[in-house]
Amino acid sequence: MIRTPLRPLARILDARSRGENPDAIERENIRLRHEEMRDRSRLRAEGRLLMLGVFFFCAFSVVGLRMGALSASEPSEPRASAAGASIVAQRADIVDRQGRILATNLETYSLYAQPPQMINPERAATELARVFPELKAEDLLEDFTGKRKFLWIRKKLSPEQKQAVHDIGDPGLMFGPREMRLYPNGRLAAHVLGGASFGREGVHAAEVIGVAGVERQFDDRLRDPAQDGKPLELSLDLSVQAAAEQVLYGGMKLMNAKGAAAVLMDVHTGEIISLVSLPDFDPNDRPRPATEGDASDSPLFNRAVQGVYELGSTFKIFAVAQAMELGLVNPDTLINTKGPLQWGRHRIRDFHNYGSELSITKVIVKSSNIGTARVAQMIGVARQKEFLRSLGLFEPTHVEMSEARAGKPLLPPNWSELSTMTISYGHGLSATPMHLAAGYAAIANGGTKVEPTLLKQSGPQYGPRVMSENTAAAARTMLRKVVTEGTASFGEVAGYAVGGKTGTADKPKENGGGYYKDKVIATFASMFPAHDPKYVLIVTLDEPVETSGAQPRRTAGWTAVPVAAEMIRRVAPLLGMHPEIEPAQLADITLTSN
Amino acid sequence: MTEMVHGSIPMRDVEPVLPKWWRTIDKWTMSCILILFGVGILLGLAASPPLAEKNGFEPFHYVQRQAFFGGLALVAMLATSMMNPVLVRRLAVLGFVGAFLALLALPFLGTDFGKGAVRWYSLGFASIQPSEFLKPGFVVVAAWMLAAGQEINGPPGRSWSLILTVTIVTLLAMQPDFGQACLILFGWGVMYFVAGAPMLLLVGMAGGVVLAGSFAYNNSEHFARRIDGFLSPDVDPTTQLGYATNAIREGGFFGVGVGEGEVKWSLPDAHTDFIIAVAAEEYGLVLVLIIIALYASIVVRSFLRLMKERDPFIRLAGTGLAAMFGVQAMINMGVAVRLLPAKGMTLPFVSYGGSSLIAGGIAVGMLLAFTRTRPQGEIGDILRGRPR
Repeated sequence: MIRTPLRPLARILDARSRGENPDAIERENIRLRHEEMRDRSRLRAEGRLLMLGVFFFCAFSVVGLRMGALSASEPSEPRASAAGASIVAQRADIVDRQGRILATNLETYSLYAQPPQMINPERAATELARVFPELKAEDLLEDFTGKRKFLWIRKKLSPEQKQAVHDIGDPGLMFGPREMRLYPNGRLAAHVLGGASFGREGVHAAEVIGVAGVERQFDDRLRDPAQDGKPLELSLDLSVQAAAEQVLYGGMKLMNAKGAAAVLMDVHTGEIISLVSLPDFDPNDRPRPATEGDASDSPLFNRAVQGVYELGSTFKIFAVAQAMELGLVNPDTLINTKGPLQWGRHRIRDFHNYGSELSITKVIVKSSNIGTARVAQMIGVARQKEFLRSLGLFEPTHVEMSEARAGKPLLPPNWSELSTMTISYGHGLSATPMHLAAGYAAIANGGTKVEPTLLKQSGPQYGPRVMSENTAAAARTMLRKVVTEGTASFGEVAGYAVGGKTGTADKPKENGGGYYKDKVIATFASMFPAHDPKYVLIVTLDEPVETSGAQPRRTAGWTAVPVAAEMIRRVAPLLGMHPEIEPAQLADITLTSN
Repeated sequence: MTEMVHGSIPMRDVEPVLPKWWRTIDKWTMSCILILFGVGILLGLAASPPLAEKNGFEPFHYVQRQAFFGGLALVAMLATSMMNPVLVRRLAVLGFVGAFLALLALPFLGTDFGKGAVRWYSLGFASIQPSEFLKPGFVVVAAWMLAAGQEINGPPGRSWSLILTVTIVTLLAMQPDFGQACLILFGWGVMYFVAGAPMLLLVGMAGGVVLAGSFAYNNSEHFARRIDGFLSPDVDPTTQLGYATNAIREGGFFGVGVGEGEVKWSLPDAHTDFIIAVAAEEYGLVLVLIIIALYASIVVRSFLRLMKERDPFIRLAGTGLAAMFGVQAMINMGVAVRLLPAKGMTLPFVSYGGSSLIAGGIAVGMLLAFTRTRPQGEIGDILRGRPR
């Protein structure tokens, strides 16, 4: 404690010496100091109170002036949609390779209700149920008369519906401006585009977000204001896509298949010109994902990039090409095809008995499992794995769709020599048609790997080389022979020199025990024109059966090949390819004049 | 001797209460307050029928309640204004303690009436907001502490009052009721300013308020939304603020006419926070300016009277009460004209509200009691040769 000095010291000492109590002197001193201090503080407070008074006066004046200014200004009509006018096209369009619209935006309105502002909820409910038959008047009335202060009624309105609701005339029914995604071509390229839905919703605007396909893959790009609404250019060609879908749909119905997929790809640029998966859906009205049953039977399922199938004999060309590349065989090397080939408990058979020996070319042309298996034995496990990996068959394709990541190939858990043999003819390894298209494109373009892409490219890809030019050329010759004299004889399209390989794979049973006898995946992997391929086309039919003959026929040569041939016939002219009709033999020319 | 005294009126050495009150009261301020009360009833007639209709009462239900509570408030005001400052201080301290305890018990016993902040006690027929009663009590207690702190050998009143302020502000901010918290803080700041705060400290405090504001902005969504709404340049016409601004414009200088206003039907808070908008729409700028003038004259006149006051406690308490009263009115009107961010604050004596009316009556009564004419030792000053 600080000891307060006795003040005034002189008088106190004086008083003490006289024996008086100094307290009275000190109190007197304090009183005087108090009075002086009080006067000082009153003076100061006077000034500060004056300041406060002036401050308050000014502040009140400002409020008054502002009131006056407001009173003098013109009132504006309150409008519920004042902020809505500023909604601009936020999501970029999607166009095909020629700039034709695949997805765009449409200005529309959503309908919401504010029950507290309703004048006649009963009437509003019944009238709304009349405008929208899918709404129930009782439910609406319950919402309108309950505790809710706000509810959405419809997310999108047609102009007619909007007018009808407007005519109800209830102030509690309101419209919020919306921008909705429109796919003017309906089902066309549905799986590629995917679809969009509303994200966060407000009264004045709602976010449109992509839920599948490229809409989802490029969601950020499409919504990026920095792109300034620049459309996203896809590699698809709308007219080719339309023709391909039409042909594939017809083929699927003719062949009694439950599903089908087709991939048409430029072998140099990797651009996917057409990608079809059936059954399909309308992205404008995207169905709900299947909650029960097999998801791969849903129309939403993209068979071309999501569905992994054992693609059968189409794989044989990979084994043969690799063997040629390694110098193990040449097209004329004879291979022992005496069957059945016994390996452990497993027997490998051919569809027919092709005799004891076939040349490599014939192995492909006749599609001999035994011959391919023997070739695979020469290659061995490690080298086969390495080659298939270089073709991109070990990982999901990098095609720009959110679904592509789900199309991860199924590899044998334990890659034995038997696996090598079965995989050489397409069993034991499941991949998507897109994988197959990429693999065939490598053969078609002269031996370099191509990544399939859905974006328009400006030039060819120069991927890593997976086989030499000569090997690719030899493989192409064999594939051409499959069409001219082999299993794909229905695949001949005059003038387009189709080459390809059929593949018929028994479907594995869902519970994992063996294969169905009467359910196949029929695939035709083709390229055209075979001498200088521009495009690769994969057509896959799920459970086709051709019933025009005495026996139901399920092999790809009878099912997938005719569909693919028809598709090439329709699509090739659209792609700007001229049929190369070989000049008729000189002897047939009749000189009419000289 | 006996007969001289017997039967006659006993001589008293003090002046009778009522004449003394009438002689010393600030009649101008009191008139202003009575006029304000009348304006409140008048606006209640305009603003509250929509609410009554919504809640299923007869149209003037809330006007009757306003008149009833207003009568109570006037009685409280008159009774308080007749007390001497020491009695006012004693009762105010008791009231403050009671209100403080009530504030503490709010989280356990209070209700939020579905508004997201627990601020009220529901009594069935009426609700009580303890913070309304806390305000005048707090001003008196803080003024007492500050005044005592100035005494030689006195207690450390400034620190005590600061601690008290911070405690109350924290309690209010936790409800959350940032409006009342700011009022309390402001009232203390004004008193400290008049008590002779160093200027440097005041500047620092202003900075502190800015910091606290930004903290609240970052941590309370409730608060941030209102500030954002204020800062955005164009007012959304569908918000309360948009309606209020429009109503003021609609009213113009002379109003659209009694009972012709539209805004009261769209604004849920037309009878409380935005009553000035109703006034502006129906009666025009004229009435609004009268209301502003009434508030301004109450505040400024009280300050001018307090300038002559010698007793530091009375001066500080009166200053705090007048400043709080004026600031509350100013904030309410400032929000309606978009000078300030949206903040629910009633217009004292005009807005509807039972407990706020009575608390306002008590506060104004105290103000009147403190601004009564008192001998300020003028003769002593003259004798000692000091002016005034």
